[in-house]
Amino acid sequence: MKRFTTALIALAMVAIGAAGQALINGGGATFPYPMYSKWFNEYKAKKGVAINYQSQGSGFGVQQITAGTIDFGASDYALTDDQLKEFQSKRGMAVLEFPTVLGADVPAYNLKGVTAPLNFTGEALAGIFLGKITKWNDPELVKANPGVNLPKTDIVVVHRSENSGTTFIWVDYLCKVSKEWEMKVGRGAGVNWPVGLAGKGNEAVAGQVEQTANSLGYIELTYAIQNKIPYGKVKNADGEFVQASLASVTAAAAGAAKNMPDDFRVSITNAPGKGVYPISSFTWLLVPEKIADPAKKKAITDFLTWMLKDGQTMTEALSFAQLPKEVVAKEVKAIAKIK
Amino acid sequence: MASSAATIAGARPHGRASFVKRVLSGDSLSQAVAFVCAMMILVVTAALVFELWTQSALSRHKFGFHFLANSTWDPVAENFGALPFIYGTVVTSMLALLIAVPLGVGAAIFLAELAPPKLSDGMTFLIELLAAVPSVIIGLIGFLVLVPMLNVVVPSIKDLLGDHAPFFFSGAFYGVSILSAGVVLSIMIAPYIISVSREVLLAVPKDLREAALALGATRWETTWQVVVPYARRGIMGSIFLAMARALGETMAVTMVVGNVPKLTGSLLSAGDSMASVIASQFTEAAGGVYLSSLIEVGLVLFGITIILNGAARLLILATTEKGAK
Amino acid sequence: MKLSFRRKAVNAVMLASTGVCTVIAVGLLFFVLGYLFVQGGFSLNWDFFTKLPTPVGEMGGGMANALLGSAKVLLIATCLGVPIGFLAGVYLAEYASGAFASVIRFVTDLLNGIPSIVIGIFVYTVIVARSGFSTYSGGIALGIMMIPIALRSTEEFLRSVPGSLREGAMALGATKSRTIATVVVPAAIRGLISGMMLNLARVSGETAPLLFTAFGNQFWSPGWTQPTATLPAVIYAYAVSPYPDWHRQAWAAGFVLLTLVLIINITARTIVASGSSHKSR
Repeated sequence: MKRFTTALIALAMVAIGAAGQALINGGGATFPYPMYSKWFNEYKAKKGVAINYQSQGSGFGVQQITAGTIDFGASDYALTDDQLKEFQSKRGMAVLEFPTVLGADVPAYNLKGVTAPLNFTGEALAGIFLGKITKWNDPELVKANPGVNLPKTDIVVVHRSENSGTTFIWVDYLCKVSKEWEMKVGRGAGVNWPVGLAGKGNEAVAGQVEQTANSLGYIELTYAIQNKIPYGKVKNADGEFVQASLASVTAAAAGAAKNMPDDFRVSITNAPGKGVYPISSFTWLLVPEKIADPAKKKAITDFLTWMLKDGQTMTEALSFAQLPKEVVAKEVKAIAKIK
Repeated sequence: MASSAATIAGARPHGRASFVKRVLSGDSLSQAVAFVCAMMILVVTAALVFELWTQSALSRHKFGFHFLANSTWDPVAENFGALPFIYGTVVTSMLALLIAVPLGVGAAIFLAELAPPKLSDGMTFLIELLAAVPSVIIGLIGFLVLVPMLNVVVPSIKDLLGDHAPFFFSGAFYGVSILSAGVVLSIMIAPYIISVSREVLLAVPKDLREAALALGATRWETTWQVVVPYARRGIMGSIFLAMARALGETMAVTMVVGNVPKLTGSLLSAGDSMASVIASQFTEAAGGVYLSSLIEVGLVLFGITIILNGAARLLILATTEKGAK
Repeated sequence: MKLSFRRKAVNAVMLASTGVCTVIAVGLLFFVLGYLFVQGGFSLNWDFFTKLPTPVGEMGGGMANALLGSAKVLLIATCLGVPIGFLAGVYLAEYASGAFASVIRFVTDLLNGIPSIVIGIFVYTVIVARSGFSTYSGGIALGIMMIPIALRSTEEFLRSVPGSLREGAMALGATKSRTIATVVVPAAIRGLISGMMLNLARVSGETAPLLFTAFGNQFWSPGWTQPTATLPAVIYAYAVSPYPDWHRQAWAAGFVLLTLVLIINITARTIVASGSSHKSR
């Protein structure tokens, strides 16, 4: 009994003793999680600073950074004016948003026998998620995919169960291409889905699509690639069917890069241009304007600097597109805003 | 440091000198400390109820009692109603009971009436171990094993039933569903029913059995028509207990229920439960009415579990007192 | 009087089916154990116990941080829940009487019946919303869950100590507190320890309250005020993910967790069982 207690005390000492290293806590978007998880691992290995990131969804990132329970948040949608106001009133300061990478929402599906990527128009996707297009061999889908043998099975829609930036990107796009969607469901990080199964996080939606025959869900490009889930092409504003890729996502940001506002809040869904993938988006880190703890402040600003330089070289391996050079330059200057 | 004067249990010295002595001897101090700990339970519980009540004020004032009847859960329009979750919780628990009660009472009968004592003790020990399996592990097995199995079994059953499938067995089935949640819950609550029912059955006086057998009843008739009715209240108590457990179950349910805040009549469709929706949406509910509504769901769940637990205790109490007479 | 065939048949069939029910019930346990063992046991390797998780999508890595995190959270929970529950149980068994005792017991049952997710909400609004996610807030949430069971089992086992022991000690001049500490508690010690172990086994598998309090961490969690990975929370996250390697790790973790829980359970029950056949020290 005595030895047991001494062992316990020793364990306690070790646990407390390990308090030496700096630890920053953040959480949020699942969209860029593969990238962040790689970055923070590399950063820890290279600089010895541990940045803990938990992927819980953009809603979590926004809500918890506003509540102040985490040091930084992450979100795939730029905060609305209301959310900025709420942050200001709750925390007495502003929140800064730093784009990190470019990614894309892809329509991933599980359809036996279909090998080539399917073509989806914006209206078709809206119809599917509204529950109006229920079968795979619906005329709209057949029209967009001549020569493909689409089965007459029901489409199993999969969406997110929680507040999500990935969802925001998706419904933002649907609002732009379908008046009906905009009226009936609207735009938000969490919406009242007319149909479908739900999964928590990109991970669960990907898992659900993988496991469920005839399903269609929206996930971030990296999840589709890492799990070898087939994903379709989407018709862009110029009328071409484009599949998400580094090139097409980069093209989507080109226009916004030139006119990037100071607070970096833009939406690049359904952007005009050739070869543009229409469901692309920036994703942001949310950092409070003032950070009281100097060690934490240094850790975060150092990381942001590293992210904008070394970090950007690592994005393509994980199928995220790098930030446009103009945006990087602007961000480097904006880091100084953190006090 | 015992006082030198012999003290008879109950009699205490009085006066200021003895007060100091008592405090120094630690007696009043230790009683005070123990008292404080007992009070802390009251304080913590009161604080909990207080927090639930005040944090849900926003949605309580906005929706009133309509919250319980509203089946919409719309974060964009800020229209929240708890009905899909109350429905999900109740239906999954009912389904779990439907499976676990016959199974559990049957097993309890076997263990109490038929099995030799050593075998009965051994098997009960193993069954009680099943109750110790953490919820997340049952959820793990449920999601990665049971759901794929159901994905094979249920469509076959549906094909067999064809057009005659009842309304609650209709619609598409994708694995995660109210049905799966009910099955998973039944695995978790069966041990409680078995354990407690076995106890109350064992407590039934032998004379009753012997009298029935002497009158020519078969073993089964004795058990079913004499013993079980006698132990009825205790068995009901165990069922209430199991139900209370099922209502609050979070992890196993949230992993297999589908997480869709909709109310449909079919067991085969995805749904959600009160505990499950809190687990999945709480940390990201943007303050205000959304968060308050989730906390109100927690309040409703809390209320339902209290009522059920109370009923369970009363029933078991009634039986054990009756048995002791 | 000869039994009709029908009655005999009903008798045989119904009795047999109760046997089937029992086999199913016991079989469930072996199914759960067996499946975990087959899927998880073979996935266990040294890495699992010593390495940190690898980035998303990469193979390998382990759960060393989750194992330590769980241990730390449970340590805090035990330090909070056991003393309070124990002392409150002492109060109910030795000092209190009548209405007050009934009130405490009733409220304890209330607290015991509260779903763990509601306790998570409570700790989040009271602690986490003010000071962030942390190991100790997770410990507090689990500690609150331990209190009612600690109280009930303490009271039950202390009451089972015969009154003659108490009276004997006090007749010899011992104060009440001394009697309790040196006579009553040692007499009930087997039951008390067994109760604490079962209590610990129960909360070690709790996941829901940890989601809102301990949060999660892919690295080591220093000290007590930082978020930490815990075994049940990681099992949950990995199980619902699409990565087969994470599934494999979830099985392994589930196997480790279940083995620990069952060992504690079996030990606790054996302590009580053997105590009734030996003389207490």
